[in-house]
Amino acid sequence: MTEQHTNIYNFGFIDEDSKREVRRQLLKAVALPGHQVPFASRDLPIGRGWGTGGLQITMAIIAASDTLKVIDQGDDESVNAVNLRRLLTRTTGVSTTVDTQAATIIQTRHRIPEEQMREDQILVLQVPMVDPLRWVEPNLERATVMHGEADYGRMWVYMYESVIKAGDIRIATQYPVIVAGRYMMDTTPIPRWDVLRLHNADHLSLFGAGREKRVYAVPPYTTVEPLEFEDFRFKTEYAEGQRCHRCGATNTFLTGHFVKSPGTDEPGHWVTSCSDASYCDKQMVAQGWTEAQE
Amino acid sequence: MTDVASWVLNVTGLTKRYGLGCPRCAESTGPDHGSSQCPFCQTVHACVNAGFTLYQGEVLGIVGESGSGKSTLMQLINLTINPTAGEIWYREPTQDSTAMNLVTMDGFTRRHFRNDRLGIVHQRPELGLNMRFSVGGNVAEKLLLANWRHIGRIRERITELMIQTELPPERIDDDPNTFSGGMLQRVQIAKALSSNPGLLLLDEVTSGLDLSVQARVLDLIRRIQWEQKMTMLLVSHDLGVIKQLARRTIVMKNGFIVESGLTDQILEDPQHPYTQLLVSSAL
Repeated sequence: MTEQHTNIYNFGFIDEDSKREVRRQLLKAVALPGHQVPFASRDLPIGRGWGTGGLQITMAIIAASDTLKVIDQGDDESVNAVNLRRLLTRTTGVSTTVDTQAATIIQTRHRIPEEQMREDQILVLQVPMVDPLRWVEPNLERATVMHGEADYGRMWVYMYESVIKAGDIRIATQYPVIVAGRYMMDTTPIPRWDVLRLHNADHLSLFGAGREKRVYAVPPYTTVEPLEFEDFRFKTEYAEGQRCHRCGATNTFLTGHFVKSPGTDEPGHWVTSCSDASYCDKQMVAQGWTEAQE
Repeated sequence: MTDVASWVLNVTGLTKRYGLGCPRCAESTGPDHGSSQCPFCQTVHACVNAGFTLYQGEVLGIVGESGSGKSTLMQLINLTINPTAGEIWYREPTQDSTAMNLVTMDGFTRRHFRNDRLGIVHQRPELGLNMRFSVGGNVAEKLLLANWRHIGRIRERITELMIQTELPPERIDDDPNTFSGGMLQRVQIAKALSSNPGLLLLDEVTSGLDLSVQARVLDLIRRIQWEQKMTMLLVSHDLGVIKQLARRTIVMKNGFIVESGLTDQILEDPQHPYTQLLVSSAL
């Protein structure tokens, strides 16, 4: 940490009282798995809706001894991840890593890392939308009562309707789940691929929505069940025969890129690669790859 | 004729007021004063000290003019509004079941009790149905909340209910906006019956329907009552409906129950001046 930053900002940017407030709400969120807890959501040097919820959670729980990993869409080097990581390291001086195994706090948007996380690790998610009932009850006050009374009949009708109209459950992302058999939770921003990874996970997951001013949590070893019917099951994204063009993995969440060499007449083509970039690199190293080769 | 042990619903001292009330409320509101609103503190006494018992398989009618508190009473029993005072006891019609006080239930238990044990049919279908969902989805709501998780079996049950309520089963996936008023009332009845409720609440079900459709809906309700020995609470301002369906009747005015007894007795020999006016003004 430079001396200039030490003088201007508190450790972790926001002041200690704000951090304590976030931690208090997080304790409540952990005690009531899946329940949305309102929090103050302070102003930050980045705009709301750009990961401020996850950022405030990380700021509130981080200590000088932590090792931080920040990813966006599985990638450590995308713009959002780089900026959030820079803000955190400049104001705390903690060491960072791209290795999932080495990190103690992983802040993410979208993905849960491919590698199995451990009990001593915390996953912090930046959440865009909070309430799964928003689709069926736009009035927040009434939706809160519905959560309180576990009145999820209408959400189930929404699932029924999607099967009737589309022939199968047609929810791409924001897949609703029931946490610990009680609260319905929106799994934004997690893709369906990773939803089942929350179920009885070893790690603690903390969700923060800065714009909507809510935090919620899935503690370790908590049941997370996606809404599904006995004759229409929850399905993850999967395309037959798809594999990563770099490491050849077939068991990871893949993203598509359009590849075209600049300055040539080559028309370009689509390739798929692992969304979790650091996992992909690890697999490549195991196959005898060095960075200079690419 | 009715066994004392077979009551389903027991209401005592049920009161709902909007406002704080004042010492002069009691002497200035009620049927003798022609208003349920206190002229001094503006408190509205929507339902005052209502009490009655409903027995297994019985149909109880509630009549009264607009603003007499009959809908408030219905909403109190449907647990959609909280009473200021009083108790509502419900008891399963089976042997050796224990009675439950619905007023002191917590929200979670109440929500699930209402889903499983109560069925309600509203005057306006938009209140009871979600017009954005299909007809089948509306009927399925109570089943889904009661943990039915097999689409095939749910649809079998919906089809069964639609046949029972004289709806064309092939229109299961249609938009409710394409249904006529009488059909929508039948969709509401199908939804209400889906959980085999212990008590069916009917709030002005035939008001706003034309006469021939009214007759068909009433026939349907009477058939369900006959076949399933359904206990019903029937709110109506139409004495004809009450006369056809209800064995006993309660007459309400300005928030008070002014008269209660057998329907025949009330229609043939009304005692309270308001009931006399009501009966004499019936067409």
